[in-house]
Amino acid sequence: MTPTPLLSIRDLRTYFYTEAGVARAVDGVSFDIGAGETVGIVGESGCGKSVTALSILRLIQPPGRIESGSRIEFEGRDIVTLGDEAIRDIRGNRISMIFQEPMSALNPVFAVGDQVAEVARVHAGMSKKEAWERAVEMLALTGIPDAEARAKQYPHQLSGGMRQRVLIAMALMMKPALVIADEPTTALDVTIQAQILELLVDLQKKIGTSILMITHDLGVIAETTSRVIVMYAGEIVEQAAVDDLFANPHHPYTEGLMHSMPHIGHDQERLNVIPGTVPAPTEWPSGCRFRERCPYSWDRCEREHPPLYEIGVGHVSRCHLAIEPERRNSPHPPLVVEEGVAAA
Amino acid sequence: MNGAAPLLSVQHLKKSFPIKKGVFARQVGAVQAVSDVSFDVARGETLGVVGESGCGKTTTGRTILRLIEPSSGEIRFEGRDVNSMGTSELRALRREMQIIFQDPVSSLNPRMTVGAIIREGLTIHKLAEGAAADSRVRQLLQEVGLRPEYSTRYPHEFSGGQRQRIGIARALSVEPKFIVCDEPVSALDVSVQAQVINLLVDLQRDHNLTYLFIAHDLSVVEHIADRVAVMYLGKIVELATAEDLYREPIMPYTQALLSAVPVADPHARKERIILKGDVPSPANPPSGCVFHPRCHHPAKDEACARIVPPLEEKAPGHFAACIKQTPTTITWEQQRQAGGVHRPERYLPLAAVHA
Repeated sequence: MTPTPLLSIRDLRTYFYTEAGVARAVDGVSFDIGAGETVGIVGESGCGKSVTALSILRLIQPPGRIESGSRIEFEGRDIVTLGDEAIRDIRGNRISMIFQEPMSALNPVFAVGDQVAEVARVHAGMSKKEAWERAVEMLALTGIPDAEARAKQYPHQLSGGMRQRVLIAMALMMKPALVIADEPTTALDVTIQAQILELLVDLQKKIGTSILMITHDLGVIAETTSRVIVMYAGEIVEQAAVDDLFANPHHPYTEGLMHSMPHIGHDQERLNVIPGTVPAPTEWPSGCRFRERCPYSWDRCEREHPPLYEIGVGHVSRCHLAIEPERRNSPHPPLVVEEGVAAA
Repeated sequence: MNGAAPLLSVQHLKKSFPIKKGVFARQVGAVQAVSDVSFDVARGETLGVVGESGCGKTTTGRTILRLIEPSSGEIRFEGRDVNSMGTSELRALRREMQIIFQDPVSSLNPRMTVGAIIREGLTIHKLAEGAAADSRVRQLLQEVGLRPEYSTRYPHEFSGGQRQRIGIARALSVEPKFIVCDEPVSALDVSVQAQVINLLVDLQRDHNLTYLFIAHDLSVVEHIADRVAVMYLGKIVELATAEDLYREPIMPYTQALLSAVPVADPHARKERIILKGDVPSPANPPSGCVFHPRCHHPAKDEACARIVPPLEEKAPGHFAACIKQTPTTITWEQQRQAGGVHRPERYLPLAAVHA
C-alpha cells in the first residue's frame, strides 16, 4: 500500500430516499486506490458497486444522497464537501469515467471527434484546432484506424467496439489520475471485449493512470486488476490481492460466486448455486447480510454484524469464520432453499 | 447420429431481410441473416448455438419455430415439413415446440397474473380448464422452483431469475418435446444464472426434452450442450461435440472466440488471439471464406478469399469450414488455381486451448 493513496474512501454511505423506504445502496464502504494501481470491484446487480463509482464523481441525483460523515479524499481534497465548480474541474479532468453503454454516453448529434475535443477545450482551454488535433491523436492511440476520417463521423456510424474506443479516448484525453470503468465491456462481444481489455491495460501502462474496474465478471477481474474488492448488499465483504483472492477466497459469498460460474475445460454435472437472491436494499437483514444464503451460518451470524476481519496480509473478510474457522468443516443447507419474492 | 431419425432436421435454411431506402421503400439490397444452414438435433439432445451479435443465431432459432418466415430451406420436425404448414397445423405444432426468451421482463405481459400467463397455453391448446387448469398451474410453478401461491401475483413482483422461471413454466405448460432457449440466462446475475441452468438440466432429464440452446457465453454452452454449432456471419463454421470443440477447435474463428474468453484465474493469464477489426456487415459479407479478412491461420492466402469453404468432416463427427485445416476436400490443385500459395496444414494455437 502506498503511503498516501491517490483516492481514499472512508465510511461512504449513499442512501436513496424512496417511497418504499430508505435504500442503503452503499452502506459504510472504505478503501484506497494507489497511484497507477488497478483495483476491481466485483459483485452482482444491486450490490452497490455502480453507486460507489457514481459517488466518487458526485453524480448521485435525488432522491439519492451521500450521507454526512462519508469521506472521499482525492489528491488531498474531500470530494463530498467540494463546491460544484471545483467538482466540475475534477470530473473528466482528474477523474474520468467509462460507461457500460457507449451509445447512450455519446451525443448522437455531434461528430465523435468534436465530443472528444470538447474535453480539452473545457478543461485545458485549448483552441478549437488544437483540441481537434489532440482528439484525433487520442482516437488513433485507442486503435481507431483512419482516426482523422472517423473523428468526423457520428456515433451511429460506428460499431459498438469503436464507440467504446471513442469513450476511452475521451476519458484519457486529460491524462486523468483515475479512470473509473463501469462494466466497460459488458455490452460487447467476447472478441471485441478482448480487444478493449487489452487496450485499457496497454494505455494504463503508457499513461500511468489508476483504474477502478467495476464488473460482475470474475474473468475480467482476474485478467486486469491487481487488487479486488467483493461487494455484497452495500458492503465490502472481502478484499485481497487478486492472486490471493482467487487462491484463497474466504467469504462464503466470494466462494459461492467462484463456484457458480461454469469454467471452460472443467466438466461438472451440476453447477454449484448460491440459493436465494440478494435482499432488497431497503431491508438489509440484521447481523450478517449473507446469512440466509450461507451454508455455514450459525447463531452468531444472526446476532452480530461481522466486521472486516484481517485474515492475511492485505486480505480482509466480513465473515465470522475468521474467528471460528472450524465451522467451515460442517456446511449445512442454507436457510433459503428457493428464490425469495422481491419486496412487493 | 446413432441411426435414429432426428427430432429436428434443418436443411439449407436461408433467411434474408430486405434493405429498403427512399420514399417508395425500394429494395436496395439484402442482409443475409442466415445463409445456408443445415443441422440435425436428436431426441433428448441439447444442441448449443454460439456466436457473436449479428451471426444469425437468434434468427435461426426463430425461423425454426416460424416466428420468422424462412426465405428458403427445409425444416422437418419428426419428419413433418414445418415450412409448408398452414395456420392450424402450425398452431398444433407450437404445442410441441416452445421458446424461452432472453429478456424475462419484456416477454411477460405485465397486466396478466403469473397464473394467467401460464394458463394461456393450456386454454389455447384445450389441455385443461377450470379447477384442472388451476392445479396444473400450481404444479408447474412448483416444478420450476416457485411457490404455488405466486400464481395470483404480477410479473413486476419478481426478480429476474424468478421471471425466467415463470417463462420456463409457460413453455412447459403445453408439454413440448422441443424448446428453443434463446439466451435464457444472459440477463441474469452469475449466482442466479447457475440456478436457472441447473433447472433447465433437471427439466430436460425429467421430461426427455430436446433443447436448441442459443447463447453467446461459451462457458455456459459448454456446460449444457451435447453438441455445439458455431455461427459466424449467418453460417455454421464449426459443428462438433462440446468435448471435441473445446478441446480442439479447428475453425480459426472458433479458436479466436475461445481464446478471447476471460479466465477467472490470475495464474492462467495466457496468450490471446486478438482479432483485428469488427465483424463485417452481413449486408456485404466478404467473398470466399467470410472469416478470411480477420483470420490468423498461417496458411491463409488468396484461395481463402475466392473459395467458399464447405462445412466438412475434419475428424469423426467434427465438422469445420476451413480449406486450410487438413483434411479438406478442396484439393491443393484447386487452391493453387484460386491463387493459393500455402499448402493446407493443421494449426492449433495454444491460446485457443483451455487447460
